[in-house]
Amino acid sequence: MIPGTFEYHQPDSVQAAVALLDELGDDARVLAGGHSLIPMMKLRLAMPEHLIDLRRIDDLKFIRIESGVVHVGAMTTQHELINHAELAQQVPIIRETSLQIGDPQIRYQGTIGGNVANGDPGNDMPGLMQCLDATFTLLGPDGERKVAAREFYEAAYFTARDDLEILTSISFAVSPGGYAYEKQKRKIGDYATAAAAVLLRKAGDGVACSFASIAMTNLADTPIHCEAASQLLQDQGVNDASIEAAVASCIASIEPVDDNRGPVDFKKHAAAQITRRAIKSAWSRT
Amino acid sequence: MTTTTINLNVNGKSVETTIEPRELLIHVLRDRLDITGPHIGCETSHCGACTVDIDGRSVKACTLFAVQAQGSEITTIEGLGDPDKLHVLQEQFKEHHGLQCGFCTPGMITRAHRLLQENPNPSEEDVRFGIAGNLCRCTGYQNIVKAVLAAAREINGATDKDATRETAA
Ligand SMILES: Cc1cc2nc3c(=O)[nH]c(=O)nc-3n(C[C@H](O)[C@H](O)[C@H](O)COP(=O)(O)OP(=O)(O)OC[C@H]3O[C@@H](n4cnc5c(N)ncnc54)[C@H](O)[C@@H]3O)c2cc1C
Ligand code: FES
Ligand code: FES
Repeated sequence: MIPGTFEYHQPDSVQAAVALLDELGDDARVLAGGHSLIPMMKLRLAMPEHLIDLRRIDDLKFIRIESGVVHVGAMTTQHELINHAELAQQVPIIRETSLQIGDPQIRYQGTIGGNVANGDPGNDMPGLMQCLDATFTLLGPDGERKVAAREFYEAAYFTARDDLEILTSISFAVSPGGYAYEKQKRKIGDYATAAAAVLLRKAGDGVACSFASIAMTNLADTPIHCEAASQLLQDQGVNDASIEAAVASCIASIEPVDDNRGPVDFKKHAAAQITRRAIKSAWSRT
Repeated sequence: MTTTTINLNVNGKSVETTIEPRELLIHVLRDRLDITGPHIGCETSHCGACTVDIDGRSVKACTLFAVQAQGSEITTIEGLGDPDKLHVLQEQFKEHHGLQCGFCTPGMITRAHRLLQENPNPSEEDVRFGIAGNLCRCTGYQNIVKAVLAAAREINGATDKDATRETAA
């Protein structure tokens, strides 16, 4: 389990990192926490010739909440997300999700940037970012651009990020109201068999649903933002019948595959259960 | 073959070593620095036997290039206690039969040490959640959990300056 040889670079600014990436091109990969990349390199499924480590770049490590918008630097670890008191209060679904990623050691090391840039359908943050309608900021040789999380994922390990770009930060609005991240997994430290992120808000009358957003993880080769189901809850309110209709709509939008986490029917069953549970739990917290 | 020289502080001692960038921290510790407390169990980031403390974080040393630890302070089981003066966690593992074959123990105790620094007064559930990244094939965990809780009580009763540093949110 020894990775192939590579040259190691440790730039101390984002500009220097982009310049290196530009110079080295396809042979180079960015290294964040390494907890997705190093396992791939040990299996020699990834054999980059150059690694550009972002650990020295302090500009990529921050959590700021300004005028109702949260900005998170790409090199912020899951552990730091969990322990940020203001974030836990303003967007509690971040903490709830982060606590279900891997195990404590993984969360000290894994970064939000690596988690969303990786493109592995098993990662939990991409679905959550779609649920929150987050925006990713990318910096490349031609400058900076922003891409919506809902537009970012193209296929497993294929994203809208150009090879020469670095994902520098992520931003999303604070989300008052009910929330839930429900994840079915085989054991602690496992990726999801099925997971759902749900945000709901009650209207001023205390009955109607003024806002709904649902996204699902590891049930297709990209995360799935369930737009129709979200609209349905907003139109019909949250009751037993609308929940079942929303769950059915979510299940219709996923494309799970047979693998070591189970056959397709089982995954659809698990997905329906966790989605139902997440909607009920989020609504009870509004 | 390109090599690079890194500086680490391991268990309070500054060390300098010349390595290939692809060398994993666990191999550098065990094979180059002769620090064999952290074990290699799975080598696939799952078992936690290789857990070391890096700048106040529990990390699986089989999933980190040693170059990523450049300039860091690393604590392994060797830095927590020794046979003449056991760390309180080691004492309590002994007392409560928290180990059988002992293979998982260095990682388990190194992780538990960090957990108690962040949360000096954990519930049983906190302990189970906090050591979820460390697998034990022998004990069934009951006695490990007992030992960690007993250590927490002892630390709280006595004075361990480390124990109050950070509290989990
Ligand atoms: C045992 C184990 C269990 C895990 N369980 C889960 C889980 O349940 N849920 C989950 O979501 N994840 C899980 N993970 C993955 C973990 O959260 C990773 O840390 C995360 O997916 C990647 O973050 P990283 O910082 O380690 O990135 P790295 O591994 O360093 O990078 C991952 C990829 O993203 C690229 N990249 C990283 N940062 C950037 C950037 N800023 N800009 C552009 N490209 C970038 C890299 O080039 C690489 O291709 C698990 C990992 C392990 C080892
Ligand atoms: S040897 Fe590192 S986690 Fe098992
Ligand atoms: S005591 Fe044998 S693996 Fe834990």
